[in-house]
Amino acid sequence: MAGRPDAAAGPAPAPLPTGRGIELALLAFAAALVTGALVLVEANQEQELTRSLLYLGLAYLGLFAVAHFAVRKFAPYADPLILPTVALLNGLGLVMIHRIDLARLSSDPDSGSDLATRQVVWTAIGLVLFIVVLWRVRDHRVLSRYAYTAGFAGLVLLALPGLLPSSISEVNGAKLWIRIGPVGMQPGEFAKILLIVFFAAFLVQKRELFSTAGRSFLGMEFPRARDLAPLLVAWGLSVGVLVLERDLGTSLLFFGIMLVLLYTATERVSWMVIGLSFFVGGCLIAYQLFAHVRLRVLTWIDPLQPCPLDDKTFVACYDRGGYQISQALFGLGTGGLGGTGLGAGRPDLVPYAESDFMLSSLGEELGLIGLAAILVLYLVLITRGLRSALAVRDSFGKLLATGLSFTIALQVFIVIGGVSKLIPLTGLTLPFLSYGGSSLVANYALVALLLRISNAARAPLPRKPPTPHVPIAEAGTELVERPT
Amino acid sequence: MPELVLQLTRAGFLALLWLFVLAALRVVRSDLYAASGLRAMVPGGRRPARAGRGRRPRQLLVTQGALAGTRITLDSRPILIGRADDSTLVLDDDYASTRHARISLQGDDWYVEDLGSTNGTYLDRAKVTGPTRVPLGVPIRIGKTVIELRS
Repeated sequence: MAGRPDAAAGPAPAPLPTGRGIELALLAFAAALVTGALVLVEANQEQELTRSLLYLGLAYLGLFAVAHFAVRKFAPYADPLILPTVALLNGLGLVMIHRIDLARLSSDPDSGSDLATRQVVWTAIGLVLFIVVLWRVRDHRVLSRYAYTAGFAGLVLLALPGLLPSSISEVNGAKLWIRIGPVGMQPGEFAKILLIVFFAAFLVQKRELFSTAGRSFLGMEFPRARDLAPLLVAWGLSVGVLVLERDLGTSLLFFGIMLVLLYTATERVSWMVIGLSFFVGGCLIAYQLFAHVRLRVLTWIDPLQPCPLDDKTFVACYDRGGYQISQALFGLGTGGLGGTGLGAGRPDLVPYAESDFMLSSLGEELGLIGLAAILVLYLVLITRGLRSALAVRDSFGKLLATGLSFTIALQVFIVIGGVSKLIPLTGLTLPFLSYGGSSLVANYALVALLLRISNAARAPLPRKPPTPHVPIAEAGTELVERPT
Repeated sequence: MPELVLQLTRAGFLALLWLFVLAALRVVRSDLYAASGLRAMVPGGRRPARAGRGRRPRQLLVTQGALAGTRITLDSRPILIGRADDSTLVLDDDYASTRHARISLQGDDWYVEDLGSTNGTYLDRAKVTGPTRVPLGVPIRIGKTVIELRS
């Protein structure tokens, strides 16, 4: 439903509580949980328990309290659950990264592994960007004016690492980075948000085009062939990312977002059918053409396959290509129902335990019970985003909020599905939990936009003065603005 | 760390984690009721004051146009207005669309909603763009037809 009738006219309804108090209380709760987790890790790792842990917890609370007061000032009606959920996920991620640091230091004291400090810095940068976005973007509808600029910038950011020489952009076989000296970033994370802004605005403008009825087949209205061009472009883009940057996850994510936005805008199942058949086609082509895609599928089907000793080139077996996923599954299995306890497991045995395989680290130490709680946290975050999309009163805001929330949902699904061997493994980070600066900073910008939209959705309408009753015959014409 | 302490802290942390989740879900729950208008069901919530002091619309009266004088008694079902044969109020008017507007009950109030008509629906003088509350006695204009809610 487009409008919110209870605020339209008549006796004033009781104003919706802004929820800022709830937000602050939940943030304090999150800070307590994170501090507790940190204390448990230190105790289980036989580290000295000092008062500095308490200060760390207070610093974390202080950081998010600043964010909270920014929300209070710039978006006072924003959703009260989004920020605490994000804060808790981010905090648990920080504790886990610190815990993996400790494990690495104990097995190799010279490694100097200190990812946690860097992640704290990234968190601070992310929160600064969060506040800047809330401060500068006072109305999300303004963004639709910059749709084509955003689309162009997004495309450039997305394509840049693929076109740059490998020495700058390649890390572990995927060309996703721009590294200048010690500083590196993954522009694809920011491109994601820019392209959602573009696609949402584009679909609002051209919605009729996509809803034009074509031929009816199997009880579904299929669009005309010439209206397929945008979907083909999105598909080509995803395949381009796969070919140029050798990254399965990003490619999958982009196509998924475009498809869902198209479906949301037109409410036509046929787009899903067409998109999914494109997707299946793309998968088959990629499987035939790229060895790294084939490897992922083979290790997905059987990661524990023993390695042939005489054939060194065969990598889809336990000790080689399947090592990471096998170790992750062992980790999840060790965790079982209740986990080993924070700091009492061996999550560092999984390569990339701090980024792509954060889930198996958490699963090992918190168990199924803890993982389920984390999944419900993601669910709360996503449903709050989608709820804002339902409640906001303009089409652009609806599509933007849907796109942003769905990005998180799809990313969580792809990562968790990959790590738990439900779908073939693709390299993506868990939003807010995994180590990774670009991902964290970009996701804070994303959350700031979601809060902005939820603020617009929950803010009371400005009350119009009651119009005097004039008989229609005598009334003049009146220009009424049509909500877009 | 002693085994017993480890087990206790482990279980305690998981319990606290779920407590956070449940607190979040509780907020979701109260928010759902607040938005759906069922405020009376919110634990500890206040019942909204009754609007209109019992003067609730009981019928719909056509005041102008070919059907002038027609009365439709209101129950909780929505009223469809348009040229389509299955409309509640079937208009024979070149300026009305097949499915022109709908008047429906939400909570205690009636709302008019334009169903994408060509020439629009007007509540008093303002064009109806989204669901709009219809007060008693305010004319709704659809093509050449004018209707009002009466108590």
